[in-house]
Amino acid sequence: MAELVVNVVSAERSLWSGTAKSVVAKTPEGEIGIMPGHEPVLALLVDSALRIEEADGTKMLVAVHGGFFSVDSNQVNVIAEIAELAEDIDLDRAKAALAAAQAANEEDSSALRRAETRITVAGMAGSLR
Amino acid sequence: MGAQLRVYRRRIRSVQATKKITKAMELIASSRIVKAQQRLNASMPYLTLLNSAISAAASHASDVSKHPLMAKSADGTRAAVLIVTADRGLAGAYSSNVIKEGESLTRALTERGVQVVPYVVGRKGVGYYRFRGRVMAGEYVGFTDLPSYADAKQIGEDLLEAFLRPTSEGGCDEIHIVYTYFTNMGSQQARVRRVLPIEVVDEVVTSESGLPFPLYEFEPGPEAVLDGLLPRYIDQTVYLALLMAAASEHAARRRAMKSATDNAEELIRTLSRQANQARQGEITQEISEIVGGADALSA
Repeated sequence: MAELVVNVVSAERSLWSGTAKSVVAKTPEGEIGIMPGHEPVLALLVDSALRIEEADGTKMLVAVHGGFFSVDSNQVNVIAEIAELAEDIDLDRAKAALAAAQAANEEDSSALRRAETRITVAGMAGSLR
Repeated sequence: MGAQLRVYRRRIRSVQATKKITKAMELIASSRIVKAQQRLNASMPYLTLLNSAISAAASHASDVSKHPLMAKSADGTRAAVLIVTADRGLAGAYSSNVIKEGESLTRALTERGVQVVPYVVGRKGVGYYRFRGRVMAGEYVGFTDLPSYADAKQIGEDLLEAFLRPTSEGGCDEIHIVYTYFTNMGSQQARVRRVLPIEVVDEVVTSESGLPFPLYEFEPGPEAVLDGLLPRYIDQTVYLALLMAAASEHAARRRAMKSATDNAEELIRTLSRQANQARQGEITQEISEIVGGADALSA
């Protein structure tokens, strides 16, 4: 069966690349699942957890903040401004960031959303194991 | 010990201490250039993918030239200029070259009747502007050694906000960046780059490989994707300029410190020679005094 070739790239560095069975991402219009043979797509990402099922069946989570992804002939490029693999997330720091963002008490603060996404992703990764 | 010899020895010790410091700074700068280059290379995949996505979205969006970030206002009256200098000195003419380039851009814009709004990165540039009592629209300090994407995003947001504000309310019609372009270890030049309005309209239609773009399905739609991507392009341009400037800063510092070390070595050599001469002179004098004394006794 065909496989997806996935690249996860953040503004500062290339985060992960490999082959995968499926990729699930969240766009402003809702979640979208990509499997081999999907039509070409260019979509924006919202702050969320990106789910990748690797070729060997391992499930992987990436917290992405802003950016977009493109699908073209089984090549998936995830280009996020800021991205973190679930296992790299420092939960204590994320919680501190959340507390700081809540203390700032701003409407629609991107720091708040970032911290929440991070904690959610770390939580989801914990329940996977 | 004679007074003269003591003075020489003291100066040699002082120059040696300076040499140790400059040598250490040279080595630190060398290792940091490599790190800065690695960061530069690490950011390249993002840039390439972002550019091709923007080109793809632009070729599908209806009437790109009307997009607020690409439309060129014919009679710009205000231009934002971002000047990227260093936080620290001891880097030769690095900061002053960028400032000079910025000054000539300012002159050229002023002659066209455009008012310049400066945004300054780095303590050296901020100090220069503040000393001359010029008002800066933005000051960013403390990260020129190792700029992070978050720093670039902050600057990018400020610039974009200024660009989107109507000119009558103090907005800008053009945005330029003055930074030091890093060609390689031996060569860096101060350069001016116009960021906004974006000038990619003519080249966007074909992809890099010359093949047409795949018929993407756009989520939520080509215009919305383009709207989402273009601000990222600004942030990325600023980030790239900061990274290049950081690499250039370290390269300039290494060069300056190397010549300072060489100069110290030369100075030490000259001073030791003079010190040796003084010591020999002293010995000769003592011998002639002893001989003179003995002659006087035996006579």
